[in-house]
Amino acid sequence: MHASGAYNGAMSQPTLAFRNPPDWSKLKVLKWIIPAVLILIMGLTMYYTVPYDSQGVVLRFGAYSTTEEPGLHFKMPFGIDAVEILPVKRQLKLEFGFATQGATNRTQSSGSRVTRDQERSMVTGDLNAALVEWVVQYSIDEPRLFLFKVRAPESTLRDLSEAVMREVIGDRTVDEVITTGRQEIEDLSLARLRELAKEYQLGVRIDQLQLKNVDPPGAVQDSFNEVNKAQQDREKMINIANGEYNKVIPRAKGEAEQTISEAEGYKLKRINEAAGDAAAFQSVLVEYLKAPEVTRKRLYLEAMAEVIPTLANTWIVDHGVTQLLPMVQSSALGGAK
Amino acid sequence: MKILPIVIGIVAVIVLLVLGGALYTVHETETVILTQFGRAVGEPVLEPGLHFKTPFVQDVNRLEKRILEWDGDPSEMPTKDKMYISVDTFARWRISDPKTYFEKLGSERRAMSRLDDIIGSEVRTAVAGHELIEVVRSNKDRELPPNPTAEGTTASVQQKATRGRMALQKDILAAAAPKLTDLGIQLLDIRIKRVNYNQDVARNIYQRMISERQQIAQRFRSEGEGEAARINGRRGRDLLKVESEAYKRVQELQGEADAEASRIYAEAYNQSTEAQDFYGFLKTLDTYRRILGKQTSMILSTDSELFELLERSKK
Repeated sequence: MHASGAYNGAMSQPTLAFRNPPDWSKLKVLKWIIPAVLILIMGLTMYYTVPYDSQGVVLRFGAYSTTEEPGLHFKMPFGIDAVEILPVKRQLKLEFGFATQGATNRTQSSGSRVTRDQERSMVTGDLNAALVEWVVQYSIDEPRLFLFKVRAPESTLRDLSEAVMREVIGDRTVDEVITTGRQEIEDLSLARLRELAKEYQLGVRIDQLQLKNVDPPGAVQDSFNEVNKAQQDREKMINIANGEYNKVIPRAKGEAEQTISEAEGYKLKRINEAAGDAAAFQSVLVEYLKAPEVTRKRLYLEAMAEVIPTLANTWIVDHGVTQLLPMVQSSALGGAK
Repeated sequence: MKILPIVIGIVAVIVLLVLGGALYTVHETETVILTQFGRAVGEPVLEPGLHFKTPFVQDVNRLEKRILEWDGDPSEMPTKDKMYISVDTFARWRISDPKTYFEKLGSERRAMSRLDDIIGSEVRTAVAGHELIEVVRSNKDRELPPNPTAEGTTASVQQKATRGRMALQKDILAAAAPKLTDLGIQLLDIRIKRVNYNQDVARNIYQRMISERQQIAQRFRSEGEGEAARINGRRGRDLLKVESEAYKRVQELQGEADAEASRIYAEAYNQSTEAQDFYGFLKTLDTYRRILGKQTSMILSTDSELFELLERSKK
């Protein structure tokens, strides 16, 4: 996959076998062995296969000759033709700050932990720090550029991607980086990386750039969690207060309506009673006016008949009696007569 | 008769050796400089493919034609505001003048070491002449949003960059490139790959971040408390409002009821002097009914209306 074949330009040095002393009795066999070996070597070096997802770039004496599509192909033997196979249809991946375990392509992430730690630690625009992990997906777009224009295009792309990510992070606050600005950071760094990959003539097409874990540095992680917790606490306090409000106010409103309704009832009752009383009085009055004296007397006597039997004591005294007191006393002592 | 094949064999070997010495290939990615006894001869060969040279006396020296990478080691340096940071840069370069390059440097290893020296020192100079913020910010025109969660805390204090990283990189390139053209090297660009705080600075930064976060957390809590207090206050107010409005309405209704009842009564009882008189009479009787009972003793005179008959019959 790599351009290591580039240095094989001078490989066509024939190796000649010297045999001494010449043993003429075996010459007949030798005559056949040498061409046979040559034919075998030619046969083994004259074909190659381009896999379904790749293209083969053929170099003749080191100079570009053709680009071949997938399939079985023939070439000139003895290193006259050299073939570079590039997986142009495969999506390649670069990981920054982390490494997928068991990845088939070992160059997609940095080998050592220390390097990965350095890759992801960044300084933000408000001079805070953040840990950013991301992935770049790309594919080889122009095999000739990829092979012949830039040495080590893959590691150049790595370097570029790191520089671009830091440009973008360096213009953002730690809060933007960690919470609100993810999409914007992805979009911006993707656009910028595309631009630079083109400018650098890497021969690759950048397909995607995705942020993975974005965290505050380990030492401050707790305090960031604390902020989240405080935010939840705030919501909780507000919710509790709202709950308390909702528990009290609707009930008070209901109760208020109840007392108002009762007062309305009272009003109706008062008015109806008054009207009733007035009507009753009116009826009685009409009759009274027809015979005032008699009615008056009757009513008086009826009332007396009701009242007097309920009294504790009743004395009937002649109108001539002037000294009432002794009589009342004797009755209190000896009972009434 | 048997000498002929041997002669043919020897001639063939000689021809092969001469051809082998005279032919060489140039790869797509290479430039070749031919040397004769160590000294360069002729123009550099740029065209890839098969080429001829004088056998035995000329040697092939292969140089890279591609754009090459230079990746510096991260190195610690102070900024103008005395912050110690570790800066990791990379550059791209190419051999622009193969002959000069070959004569003055010869090998890529030596070229790299010159690049280390020259770029390294220019980076140092540029960083030392600028404050940290200039190294960190790339686009100085982008206004950082105020920290949404940290309003009113020291976290919202943000420094402004006047030049930015892009300008710095241009400076470094402009300063380093001329020093390399003499060596046949064209420096294409320099970029800052990583900037990190050194450990002591990082510790301070972390302390600051922690205290900022604590302030923000504190702010959230006090916001929560404030908001809760506001809601509780509203609850108290609304409760009193609802209750007092109800009281007011109740009083109004009762007043209306009493007024209306009084009006009705007055209308009935006040319609004529007879009515007034009669009402007084009825009410008096009612009052008797109410106030006279078990606790009452009554002395009635035979003069009274009720018992006048007693008197009369005695006579």
